[in-house]
Order: sequence, then C-alpha cells, then structure tokens
Amino acid sequence: MIEMTGIRKAYQTGKITFEALRGVDISIKENEYIAIVGPSGSGKSTLMNLMGCLDKPTGGEFYLDTERVETLSPNQLADIRNRKVGFVFQAFNLLPYATAYENVELPLLYAGLSGKERKARVTELLNRVGLGDKMANKPTEMSGGEMQRVAIARALANKPKLILADEPTGNLDTKSGRAIVEIFNDLWKDGHTIVIITHDMHIAKRCQRIIRLKDGLLDTGNEEEEQEQSLKVA
Amino acid sequence: MYALLSVKQFFRDLRSQKLRTFMTMFGILWGTVSIILLMAFGTGMQEFQQKRFKGLGENICIFWPGVTSKPWNGLPRGRHIRFVSEDATRIREMYPVIKHISPEFPRSNVMLKSHKNNLTAQVIGVWPEFHKMRNIIPAAGGRFINDKDMEKKRRTIFIGDRLAEQLFAGEDPVGQTLQVRGAPFVVVGVMVSKDQNSSYGGRDNRNAYIASETFLTMFSRRYPNNMVIQSTNDNNIQEAIDSFKSYMAAKYNFDPTDTETLGTWDVTEGFKFITNFFVAFRMFLLCIGCLTLVTAGIGVTNIMNVVLEERTKEIGIKMALGAKKRTIMSQFMFETVLLTCIGGSIGFIIAYAIVMVFPLLNLTEHIGTPTIHVFESVMTISILGIVAFLSGFFPARRASNMEPVKALKLF
Repeated sequence: MIEMTGIRKAYQTGKITFEALRGVDISIKENEYIAIVGPSGSGKSTLMNLMGCLDKPTGGEFYLDTERVETLSPNQLADIRNRKVGFVFQAFNLLPYATAYENVELPLLYAGLSGKERKARVTELLNRVGLGDKMANKPTEMSGGEMQRVAIARALANKPKLILADEPTGNLDTKSGRAIVEIFNDLWKDGHTIVIITHDMHIAKRCQRIIRLKDGLLDTGNEEEEQEQSLKVA
Repeated sequence: MYALLSVKQFFRDLRSQKLRTFMTMFGILWGTVSIILLMAFGTGMQEFQQKRFKGLGENICIFWPGVTSKPWNGLPRGRHIRFVSEDATRIREMYPVIKHISPEFPRSNVMLKSHKNNLTAQVIGVWPEFHKMRNIIPAAGGRFINDKDMEKKRRTIFIGDRLAEQLFAGEDPVGQTLQVRGAPFVVVGVMVSKDQNSSYGGRDNRNAYIASETFLTMFSRRYPNNMVIQSTNDNNIQEAIDSFKSYMAAKYNFDPTDTETLGTWDVTEGFKFITNFFVAFRMFLLCIGCLTLVTAGIGVTNIMNVVLEERTKEIGIKMALGAKKRTIMSQFMFETVLLTCIGGSIGFIIAYAIVMVFPLLNLTEHIGTPTIHVFESVMTISILGIVAFLSGFFPARRASNMEPVKALKLF
C-alpha cells in the first residue's frame, strides 16, 4: 500500500531550513493497522501529510498503491486524496456552515457522483456512525464525539483503502474517544488500512504495529522504554 | 449542489460580515449607478441639444447677400451682390439636389392687432415650402401659407405659438382676423411649439409668416434678405451649397471661390459639431463611470483577498477532500461574480428608477430627458463583467495555487 524509501522533507522559513524528516523508510501493507508515535516535533504529522498526498517529499521515493507520488501533478494528487485516502483530523475540520449531510457529501461531489448515489452513500455512512438522526445538524449543534464521527463518515465517503487519522481522540473525552477507537477497529476489520498518529499508547497498543519517530528519523531504540515513557506522557 | 453550498457560504459571509459586504456591494452599486446615470444624462443632453438644433431645420443652409472681395473678369472688388426670388425659381428647376428653396423677406417691428391685443413683431414673407425646411409645423386645424396664397397674393398669415398666445390670449386664432399694419389678414395656422436653440432674426415662435408675393405688394421690396435651401439628404448638403453658389457666381459674375460674396450658414456643420462634441462628451462620461467601477473592482479584489485569508483553512479542508484547483478557483470566481451581480443589479434598478422619476422634476426643459439605451446597458453589463472577472480572478488564482498542507496549517 505504502512504500517510502529515504523520505526527506525540509521546510524553508526565511533563511532557515528545517528538516522535519531526514530519510525515513516505511512499508505498510494493505489492511495493516499502524500507529505512529513519537514526541512533538519528531515528524509524525509531516509523515502523515506525505502519506496523504497533502505534501510532497523533498527527497526519497514514495509509492502509494503502486503510484510514484512525487511525479504526480496537483490535480492527480487531488484525485488520490479524493478516492484513495480518507483523513480524520484532531480538530475535525468540518465546514462550519454546512450540515453533517453536506460535509459528508463534499468528497462525493468532487468525485462526480450523481445526486441519487450521493444521497444513498451519505445516508448509509451517517447511519453507520450512528448519526442518522443528525444529518441536518451543523457542527455547532453537535458534540465533539459527534463531529469526529461525521469526520470519519466523510473520510469513508469514496471508500478509500487508506484512512489517516491525526490524533483523532485528542479533542475528545475518554468515552467519546473510546467510541471513535472502536469505529477504527471496525474499519480495519472491514479491510481498510488504518494509520493513526497518537500520543496515547493505549490506542497505539491496540494497533498491529507501532512506528516510532524521533528527530525526523525512525526510532529503532529500546521499544519497551519508549512505550513506558509514552504511557507516562499519556 | 456545490453551487448551493457556495451560495450558502456567500450568504453566511454576508451575515457575518454585514458592513464589509455592504461596503463592497455599495462600491459596485455606486459604480453601476454612476456609469448608467452619466451615460443616460449624457444621451439625454445630446438628444435634447440635437432636437433643439433641429428646431432651426435639417440639412439646410442659409445665404445672405454680401460684397465681392476679389476682382473678377475685369470687375473690381467691393461690388454688392443681391439675389432675387426668380433666382430661387431657377435654382429649384436646375438642381435636383436642392429639395426645397425659399427666399425670406423679413420686416421687423410691424404692428399686429387682434381683437384682444396689439403689439409689434417680425413679419416674414416666404414661400410655402419654407415651413418644411425650418420644421415649422402647423397645429391641428391650421395650415401654413400655400400655393394659392402665393398665386392670388392672399392676405393670409401664419403665426408662431408664442405670438398667438400674446395676440389671442388662449383663443383659437385660426380663422380670426389679424390686422397687419392696418391691413386685415386671416390667420390660417399656428405653429406647434418646438425647441429651438439657434435662430437668425428671432425665434420662430415670435414671428408671423405671410406669402412672399403678398409681402412684396405690402412692403415694396425686391431683394430678399436671405435664401434658405434644403438638400435632399444630409450627405449632399455640400453639393447643394456648391450648386447654389455656382449658379449665383455665373449669374452675378463673381469669383466662385470668393467666400465673402455670399454669406453662408451651413446649419449641418453646427449639427455635426454638436454630435461630435457629445460623442466625445459621452466617451468622457463613460471613462469616468468606468474608473468608478474599476475603483469598486479594486475594492472587491481587496475584500476577496481578505476573504481568502479567512478561508485558508477551509480551502485546505476542501483540497484534502479532493477539490481540484479549478473547483477552488470557480468557488471564488462564483462568489465575486455573485457579489458583483447583486451590487450591479441593485445599481441598475436604482439608476432606472432615477431615470424614470427624473422627468417628474420638471427639469427636462433645461437638460433634456435622461435616456438609457440598449448600448449603454450592454456596455455597463460588459464592464461589470470584466470588473467582476478581473477582481475575482487574482484572489481565486491565489486560492487555487495554495498548497493543501499550508492551507490546513499542518506543518
């Protein structure tokens, strides 16, 4: 599903160049359930942005589903984001003026589905995340847990193989967070590839594999020690 | 559906940024009102001036006798040249390019006396076709001097509307007796009121007209003061003038190139000048209107740039969900065009309302009736379209060129 070799990503701020990733090799197979952990500034979000084609690496090779990402045009990348990747953000990132229905419908509109197809798909997805009765609600009329469920429904709109979640429970209370994690578990069981960035080692431990980052590199040090530290932080 | 979302978002912004949106729309509205009103009043003024100019007559030229300034065929300069009525008869026979011709025998300070009033006015002896050249139209129930009047030297008189009012004070003068220097004349017609901004020997509405043959019997004059000709159309007035002059030069033996011999007033020159002046004037007004709209357009661009800053994250979200460049671009263009359309439409309505109401203010006799022509409307819509496109294009392009990760502020 994802093949990254020697991935580098540098940001230029004025005359200062900051290298967020300094040569990362990662391979993720289809239907894997991965957690990416690491301290702040370790490059987790940068890695997720690259995996989701929101950004391009400044070095290395990145294949997503056999496609060489660095060579694709902005519109081709938009197509990939629309059809192959689903994003779930910590801050939900829903359109505030749109209803739950309209938020979920947006990726389907970009994909060019007919009105009938869109309606069926949005209804199915919102029912699946337990919000069938809140389709007409706007984000301001929903709780954090509900907003995140709308975001998950939106991420699943075009049946993407890959779901990328950046701290999906970071803004939620424990109960809502647990419910969201259950949804991710179900999605994994349904065949999706799930990559979650988290600080929460309880969530990370439920994943099949944990990728650790430190200072822009894969951390291959003492995993037990890292886990203990992360648990303390969490 | 996407358009519906865009409209929703537009109205959400409108609600949340009422003053800003209002000021932006007001700029477009003001620009639209300005450009339409400037053009409408410019057109109205042009038509008003042209109409007043036409009050004197269309495609006409007026000649008066003069003095030769060049020696010719052994004759010295300084000879007085005067034409006679027979010249007019001969010219009409010889030159088909001259549609109408008439000598004019004016006599000022002639005592006119009706049963209600008496006063002095100018009486002019003319041919029947004179009124066709000079746009002197008889009011219903009346007529101008005719061929029978000429032939029989009848004492019939046609009077200007202002003169009729003074002499008959509201009564219908047609059929009534009017004494001209003590001789009874029958009033056969009254002139329909007309706009006239130029004249020679007084405005037509204060004059009285009688058959030239009758005039000659009363005032013992042989030489007309003026000769008026009208060409068959506005393209051959010069040919008509040249024909008239060549005839006169041949008959009275003077140099045809001597411009002093015959005084000439080509009325069409003035009409052309007025037309050209107003074309330039309207272009100037159009430019002012355009600049107002361009200024408004710059305002829209600024607003759209602010909107862009506010919506950066939203653009990022949409890009993360798969929105392509053109989708983002079209959203911004759509909003700009919608903003311009609403402002422009309100501006159109206000401008049309002002143009409709203006005639009720009774100012049209001074500056004409503002008129909105299709050309002005199409021009304004085109300019609005260009302003909308340009003011939306650059912010839209900026939005569509954003990198998703930067727009989402994720790095």
